Amino acid sequence: MSILVVAEHDNVELKPATRVAVAAAARIGGDIDLLVAGANCAGVAAAAAAIPGVRKVLHADNTVYAHNLAENLALLVADLGKSYSHVLTAHTTHGRNYLPRVAALLGVAQISDITEVVSADTFKRPIYAGNAIATVQSVDAIKVVSVRGTAYDPVADTGGSAATEAVGAVHDAGVSTFIKQEIVKSERPELTAARVIISGGRGMQNGDNFKLLDGIADKLGAAIGASRAAVDAGFVPNDMQVGQTGKIVAPDLYIAVGISGAIQHLAGMKDSKVIVAINKDSDAPIFQVADYGLVADLFQALPELEAKL
Amino acid sequence: MKVLVPVKRVVDYNVKVRVKPDKTGVDLNNVKMSVNPFCEIAIEEAVRMKEAGKATEVVAVAVGSTACQEQLRTCLALGADRAVLIQTDLEVQPLGIARALQALQAREQASVVIFGKQSIDGDNSQTGQMFAALTGMPQATFASEVKVEDGQLVVTREIDGGLQTISVKLPAVVTTDLRLNEPRYASLPNIMKAKKKPLDIVTPEDLGVDITPTVKVLSVEPPAERKGGIKVESVDMLVDKLKNEAKVI
Repeated sequence: MSILVVAEHDNVELKPATRVAVAAAARIGGDIDLLVAGANCAGVAAAAAAIPGVRKVLHADNTVYAHNLAENLALLVADLGKSYSHVLTAHTTHGRNYLPRVAALLGVAQISDITEVVSADTFKRPIYAGNAIATVQSVDAIKVVSVRGTAYDPVADTGGSAATEAVGAVHDAGVSTFIKQEIVKSERPELTAARVIISGGRGMQNGDNFKLLDGIADKLGAAIGASRAAVDAGFVPNDMQVGQTGKIVAPDLYIAVGISGAIQHLAGMKDSKVIVAINKDSDAPIFQVADYGLVADLFQALPELEAKL
Repeated sequence: MKVLVPVKRVVDYNVKVRVKPDKTGVDLNNVKMSVNPFCEIAIEEAVRMKEAGKATEVVAVAVGSTACQEQLRTCLALGADRAVLIQTDLEVQPLGIARALQALQAREQASVVIFGKQSIDGDNSQTGQMFAALTGMPQATFASEVKVEDGQLVVTREIDGGLQTISVKLPAVVTTDLRLNEPRYASLPNIMKAKKKPLDIVTPEDLGVDITPTVKVLSVEPPAERKGGIKVESVDMLVDKLKNEAKVI
């Protein structure tokens, strides 16, 4: 068996989700090659080569791959992928964007968002917002699989010394154009990579009150998240959303503040190691999954918590 | 400009699904079914394009059993002009749906095809992108804003960490994210009118496509239950537990 893992990066930094996909690939078994496609991304290719267990790094460096346009990237991945038994990547917004295109070009199904490798052709994946876990088997010749960011611990990022091979193929579909990108600059860790997350819900009442989470997040080195209710109410931007249709997270500590605990939210955070809920409604469903529940008015509890950390 | 909107019939988002005791799937007996919420956003966007004079016709399409007519009627009540059901009793999977839609698109020649970004049952997030690949169209997935310009769409996309804006040449595929719009409710007069709007039924055989699934579902199980913990009395107690018992801070 041979597995092509497509790296996720921004031409500067290799994203940790890539190493989770490599961890899943290692459980399938066989040779693992890592594709780094981008523009001026030699540094990323070097970082990829340092991942233990990688046989070789395929480095496709061309302006047509600069902005991860799905049309161009899918043509490249499908072209390379046809000589592998598996094509894997992270189930991030980026992976979700181009991977189904790859599968369709290869004429095979995709298995999305796996949480466990059962065997080379069988995988577990959550359905219905995690309310059921399906074990599915692909009968296609090539298995195209996206891996949930919390499925496995990422493999190490040092210790490997894979050879790097330049890929000259230039695929330009010519139908889409990058215009601009606004990435929110934050001193805080990314939600999907954070060890601690503190999230606010509708109980925060407005966007300004999210500042109450800042001090606690600073002290804990935490990322700040939100429930869909808080996003829908316009308190905070959508990229902070934790849940079925937002980010799936599994930090060591997840603190839910003013979040009732709708199943769609629980789907995004219930694999966290320790869950704390702060809510004034003692019947809120969030308390059914919380390791530590505090029934309190968040406007009193948050300043007190910040002071005592 | 014709807009095609594929929609999926799914378990209503308010229903807490239960796994069947024989582990073959989830229990769909006597469960409320609805239009997938992201597909409702797709219909809304298409109808707004028509109201803005950008689109001339909105066609809703579903792939599935005859029961999907109920959801197609909902789409007609929400403003779609006509509907097509690609009827099959097979279990439908994303690649098969994309192939059936590809064959329909060959007849319909829509300029814009708007999908929901994922269905809330399978949570796959694949069909729109697969359809785009099969038809060679560009795609603008997870859209939070769509502007129709001369021969192209300018689309703002929700990506990890922020927003990306791209342009795609027509014909193009869009998949909707939550913030694209807020779907309207169907009014009673529109529900009545929808009953008279055309709803055509074709089969995958009519379209000459094979939609046999290639992913076998071996079992469906409930997730591992997370046990609730304890209630703490005070912030002091919470901090103490996190430091000394859970050891996470």
